[in-house]
Amino acid sequence: MTRYVLGRLLGAIPTIFLIVTISFFLIRVAPGGPFDLERPLEAKVMENLNKIYHLDEPLWTQYLLYLQSISQLDFGPSFYFRDFTINELFAASLPISIQLGLSALALALVVGGMLGVAAALRQNGPADYSVMAAATLGVTIPNFVVAPVLTLLLGVWLGWLPVGGWGDGAFVNKILPVVTLALPQIAVIARLTRGSMIEALRSNHVRTARAYGLRSYLVIVVHALRGAILPVVSYMGPAAAALLTGSVVVETIFGIPGIGRYFVQGALNRDYTLVMGTVVVVACFVIIFNLVVDLLYALLDPRVRYD
Amino acid sequence: MTDKQTRRVLDIKNLKVDFETNTGTVNAVRGVDIHVNAGETVAIVGESGSGKSQTMMAAMGLLASNGRTEGEVVYENGNILGLSIRRLNQIRGKKITMIFQEPMTSLDPLYTIGRQLAEPMVEHGGLTWKQAQAKALDLLKLVNIPEPERKIKAFPYEMSGGQRQRVMIAMALANDPDVLIADEPTTALDVTTQAQILDLLAELQKRLGMAVIFITHDLGIVRKIADRVYVMKTGEVVEQGETRRIFTQPEHAYTRMLLDAEPTGHKPPVPDTAPVLLEAQKVKVEFELENGFLQPKHILRAVDNISFALRKGQTLGIVGESGSGKSTLGRAVLNLLPASGRVVFQGQQISGKDRGAMRALRKDMQLIFQDPFGSLSPRMTVGQIISEGLLVHEPSLTAKDRDARACQALEEVSLDPSMRNRYPHEFSGGQRQRIAIARTMVLKPELVVLDEPTSALDRTIQKQVVELLRDLQKTYGLTYLFISHDLAVVRALSDTVMVMKKGQVVEAGPVEAIFEAPQDAYTKELIGAAMLTQRQMMESA
Repeated sequence: MTRYVLGRLLGAIPTIFLIVTISFFLIRVAPGGPFDLERPLEAKVMENLNKIYHLDEPLWTQYLLYLQSISQLDFGPSFYFRDFTINELFAASLPISIQLGLSALALALVVGGMLGVAAALRQNGPADYSVMAAATLGVTIPNFVVAPVLTLLLGVWLGWLPVGGWGDGAFVNKILPVVTLALPQIAVIARLTRGSMIEALRSNHVRTARAYGLRSYLVIVVHALRGAILPVVSYMGPAAAALLTGSVVVETIFGIPGIGRYFVQGALNRDYTLVMGTVVVVACFVIIFNLVVDLLYALLDPRVRYD
Repeated sequence: MTDKQTRRVLDIKNLKVDFETNTGTVNAVRGVDIHVNAGETVAIVGESGSGKSQTMMAAMGLLASNGRTEGEVVYENGNILGLSIRRLNQIRGKKITMIFQEPMTSLDPLYTIGRQLAEPMVEHGGLTWKQAQAKALDLLKLVNIPEPERKIKAFPYEMSGGQRQRVMIAMALANDPDVLIADEPTTALDVTTQAQILDLLAELQKRLGMAVIFITHDLGIVRKIADRVYVMKTGEVVEQGETRRIFTQPEHAYTRMLLDAEPTGHKPPVPDTAPVLLEAQKVKVEFELENGFLQPKHILRAVDNISFALRKGQTLGIVGESGSGKSTLGRAVLNLLPASGRVVFQGQQISGKDRGAMRALRKDMQLIFQDPFGSLSPRMTVGQIISEGLLVHEPSLTAKDRDARACQALEEVSLDPSMRNRYPHEFSGGQRQRIAIARTMVLKPELVVLDEPTSALDRTIQKQVVELLRDLQKTYGLTYLFISHDLAVVRALSDTVMVMKKGQVVEAGPVEAIFEAPQDAYTKELIGAAMLTQRQMMESA
């Protein structure tokens, strides 16, 4: 087991190396540089800046320098937020994004899972149809529509919740962004759970559980749901990554200082180190989440073993 | 049978089961009366679709959600039909238990055997988990599971089908039930395993004294274990009575048809002067099993040095249980998978030939599969399916000629040629197998390898297919390689028989010699398990 985890983590190193290499050269292909402002800087200043940030050296030297610093977990200085290093920026913003993403994922799992099970138990009934209709809405309405509507309703008209800001992580500040972020995931998870649950409820071993007079809880949760949740678990890897990185819109609307907005700012301002840093961090999260999902899978299904 | 008490433990009165479907209401069960006395074994016999399973599913409250019931199911003076789930759960799993046809999937793959056995005991018997685990171990010993201490911690996927069915039986017995309903519990198992499970059930019934309701389509089993028999057809009981009476003096025409459905008759022998069509010498097939990284590979010998010769017009029956390598041998002689050894067909060595070189020969050597549902493309019409082979082997034919040939082939297998524009899902299992046979016959082959062509079919349909195969063989002088685990069918079709076990031939010879005087212990066991000897006794009596 430990061997398996170690193997997977070591195996991730070449993947990350490839990602770093490809994105390093891709962003350099894009025209312009970090110091190209609307009013051009003086040539002497520009030259000095390029010298300080090693931008005057050949590309492959810069690449090697970057590899060297990244291997020491140093993501370098930011070109745009001049007084900060990338590490400092992440230290402040990453915990917020993680909190936001994981809360949304947990909410989506619980609510989506329950809705899916409820729909499956009343297959083709009114409850089933309403859940599925709501799920379709949840997927189709984009969060830049949901967020303002919720803010208007709960924040402005009813005045129950703050309309924006992080408030140092106060609970009331988290509610709206987490709900907005979770809604489409709730919809997807409800659909997934419903489908696999319907199949599980028809399976022979659930029929056995019924035939042996087990309580509904045992039949539905213990025997049907444990198997039915497996496809949802597989979906959780990509979903977690999407929640972490897809929070750009939500973070912007609610004014939350998370990692998502660095994607946009970094790319628009040619802040090479910021873009690279974000890419590497997100890649690491995707890899870790997928590993967690695989381990969870083995925990749920005894037929899957990593020895 | 006179010492049996006559107290009725379960009494089904005028039970009706309807299913609401998109195409209207289906009356699956139309008012049946079935009862079982304490300690008695009752069999419900019928073909698929006769409503025999749905009757008992309705009694257990296990119908699909679109099922509606009417009538009464009386247990201990109370009607249990339509009870609330809570009330029903006080009876099912405790006083009335059930084992199912599919041992492979009836246990939850995610929990250990011990946990699943203990669950109903904790639920109904008021035992603690610890007590229930201890009793589960006793039950595993009772149903003769080897190494019960280890198996109690095992998961279902670590056990064979026979062992899983034993676990199901243990689960059924856990709370000392009054009635055990067994829904085709041995259909999915090999003959020898089947016999062991039946013996176990009979022995446990004697010891524990519960009543057994046995649902089956296999009359051999009925004769062996049942006190009384109900014969069901299209949702009604058409005949009932004591087993001996049903078998000796059947009254209803349908019962007589079922009894006659056991394949009988023999194949006329082929003269020794007939030319040898197919000869196999020391055929060997090996599979490498991966054991894991850097570990020595395990080699499984699926077919181990098998030789035989088949004359034109002969049928060679290959008999064995699942995993014995009989299907692999069939594919190896057709050069469909890599094998060592020498195979000579029509005087040409075919072993080692590549695909292209084989293609021209394929016309003369055809294969028919076990699964009539999976082996026909659902997106092609029957006419297209049948004439597809002609596109490859007789490309000069026009579309019209191909159509004519397809019609002719359909007529040969007694299907209406006007049905050639329909799709496979519109046909029954027996009809589909006829279509599969027509697809082969349209090419006018010399050799046909039949891989369990009848084992997915009801007995009555089986008999018709066996007769069809025999007629075709006679008309066209076909040579068959007939692979089956069903000894009755093999006996009715073959000239010679080869008994396989673990990739090797344990016994081979003329069909009568094998069946009348088997030499090898395994052959004897197979024949005993198939209850053929018993039938011979009854026939001669």
